[in-house]
Amino acid sequence: MKALLSVNPPLFIPFLVAGDPTAALTVDLALALQDAGADVLELGVPYSDPLADGPTIQRAAARALAGQMTLPKAIHLVAEMRKKGVKIPIILFTYYNPVLQLGEESFFALARENGADGVLIPDLPFEESAPLRRLGERFGLPLISLVAPTSKQRIERIASAAEGFLYCVSSLGVTGVRETLPETLGDFLGEVKRHSRVPVVVGFGVSTPEQVAVLKRECDGVVVGSALVQKVEQLLERLQAPGEKEATIAEFAAYVRALAAPLREPCASREKFQ
Amino acid sequence: MREHVPNEYGRFGDFGGKFVPETLMRPLEELEAELDRALADESFQSEYVRILHEYSGRPTPLTFAPNLTEWAGGAKIYLKREDLNHTGAHKINNAIGQALLARRMGKKKLIAETGAGQHGVAAATVAAHFGLDCIVFMGEEDIKRQALNVFRMKLLGAEVVPVSSGNRTLKDATNEAIRYWVAHCDDHFYMIGSVVGPHPYPKMVREFQRVIGDEAKEQVLAREGKLPDVIVACVGGGSNAIGMFYPFLQDDVRLVGVEAAGKGIDTPHHAATITKGTKGVIHGAMTYLLQDEYGQILEPYSISAGLDYPGVGPEHAYLASIGRVDYESATDAEAIAAFQLLAQTEGIIPAIESAHAVAKAVELARRMTPDETVLVCLSGRGDKDVQTMMHHLGGKEGEGVVVR
Repeated sequence: MKALLSVNPPLFIPFLVAGDPTAALTVDLALALQDAGADVLELGVPYSDPLADGPTIQRAAARALAGQMTLPKAIHLVAEMRKKGVKIPIILFTYYNPVLQLGEESFFALARENGADGVLIPDLPFEESAPLRRLGERFGLPLISLVAPTSKQRIERIASAAEGFLYCVSSLGVTGVRETLPETLGDFLGEVKRHSRVPVVVGFGVSTPEQVAVLKRECDGVVVGSALVQKVEQLLERLQAPGEKEATIAEFAAYVRALAAPLREPCASREKFQ
Repeated sequence: MREHVPNEYGRFGDFGGKFVPETLMRPLEELEAELDRALADESFQSEYVRILHEYSGRPTPLTFAPNLTEWAGGAKIYLKREDLNHTGAHKINNAIGQALLARRMGKKKLIAETGAGQHGVAAATVAAHFGLDCIVFMGEEDIKRQALNVFRMKLLGAEVVPVSSGNRTLKDATNEAIRYWVAHCDDHFYMIGSVVGPHPYPKMVREFQRVIGDEAKEQVLAREGKLPDVIVACVGGGSNAIGMFYPFLQDDVRLVGVEAAGKGIDTPHHAATITKGTKGVIHGAMTYLLQDEYGQILEPYSISAGLDYPGVGPEHAYLASIGRVDYESATDAEAIAAFQLLAQTEGIIPAIESAHAVAKAVELARRMTPDETVLVCLSGRGDKDVQTMMHHLGGKEGEGVVVR
């Protein structure tokens, strides 16, 4: 079977919430992320009860839902992004219940039709995922797998079935900016890499160029979510103020570039996790 | 039927399962393995029973309600008195079982969510009894509605964390408890208060609540020489109902679950999940829930904080889908009337949650004959609701309180 989504490390994978603050601005921000060097975009579908998310993404989801964002609209946003020139792979990040209500098959059909490249469902663990994995293969959209520091003997099973890339949750807890990452992360990532056939990326808590620099030596890329969503939150008013959009998006892009910069530099000696 | 549910994937038919972040999968596997060992361990079981007896005052009585029976003018009405448990509700049965399991697993810190505060109080109580730490998540709206229980939890040494997301009720408290658990699953035990959540919680809580039905069956048989014709219990998440129904599933007994109809099931203001909901995933389980067409969870409403929940235990969803249990509903107004009625006819002030079951039981008994019996699970007592009732009935010290 051929690889469903082929990406080359090192990978910088930013996350945006569809519709935060508006659908049109999400498209603008996605373009800015691509220009700033994003390799893959994770497009988050807002959900009323996001169990894996901390306050930052909860607030963003609430803003997007207040603007009437839905799963079908978020998928259509992918087509809009393609039209405006976003070429990097786009992964739809959605909780399971909206997928169930749309219909699993309709979801994959709509996602493919609109130009999405993969799917990540944070509350659909390996044991419950077989039907969606099969649909993913049929529609050519991989279901991205996650492993966590608690996964232990589950790692081998999950990693060997992973498609596209394998998402490692850095530490216990929900999404959100963390000042430090656990000291044991290196061992965990080493274990995951031994079993994985696809690039291994780290997310949850990654928020500074220093963390990215350290992680770069241990894995194949990073996912940055809450830090970017927080930045969008800080820029909310200016993004929507007349005449300020372009300068504000440029500021957002500069912030993203600085975060991704360590991935683009040649590798130096190994440093300890901090 | 009951030998096979839940199956090895934690499914009751189509319902149940484990829809949680990967971080929680290993803790759930560990819990499942330890639960199975504990349930098969006679010393665990006898310790559980000993504490139920010595600490919670079990077995709880079965009370014949002669005046209520006369008032309804039909079938004989019996009450299973879970209100007489230590801490005032059935919640303690489950809290004792889970605390024993936490201790067995070497976990010294409990996490709990609470709606009406009854489970929070039960968790705080067993934490004090077993020398464990306890953190309780409770919606800000419920903190307002149940001030007395908040104080009780603090008095017992628990930390109460107000939750300000969503409608600030049980659903939101459960979200926050699960998020906290994800961050602290290495050394905390999550003590869910109802038959909801990912496998093995619905099964575990059922096993720790079936004592209600096991006792009631023996008591009714001793008193009447036959099984009851109808059994009625209120359903929020559904733990008192499952505990009562489970031992009767194979018997020829009509089982009726009563959901909260709030201001009416034809308004948007209710919590009648099985009556009005659709299939989906909430708090880690496939079940019926209140949601919009895009799968966003809707905010429920009920006067009763303990029933104010947009989901329902997956085993109830299953029992509804196969037609074994009938799920009906009672409005706020019907529950308030039943609350007063039971107080004035029998001298028993029920929890407003349990009053929903009383309302339906009276309605059913009325259409039955005196040689038939209705058994009601009186899941809790109403001390916690007295203040809310004063507000709703508009009187001071009982002024203006009248039975229809």
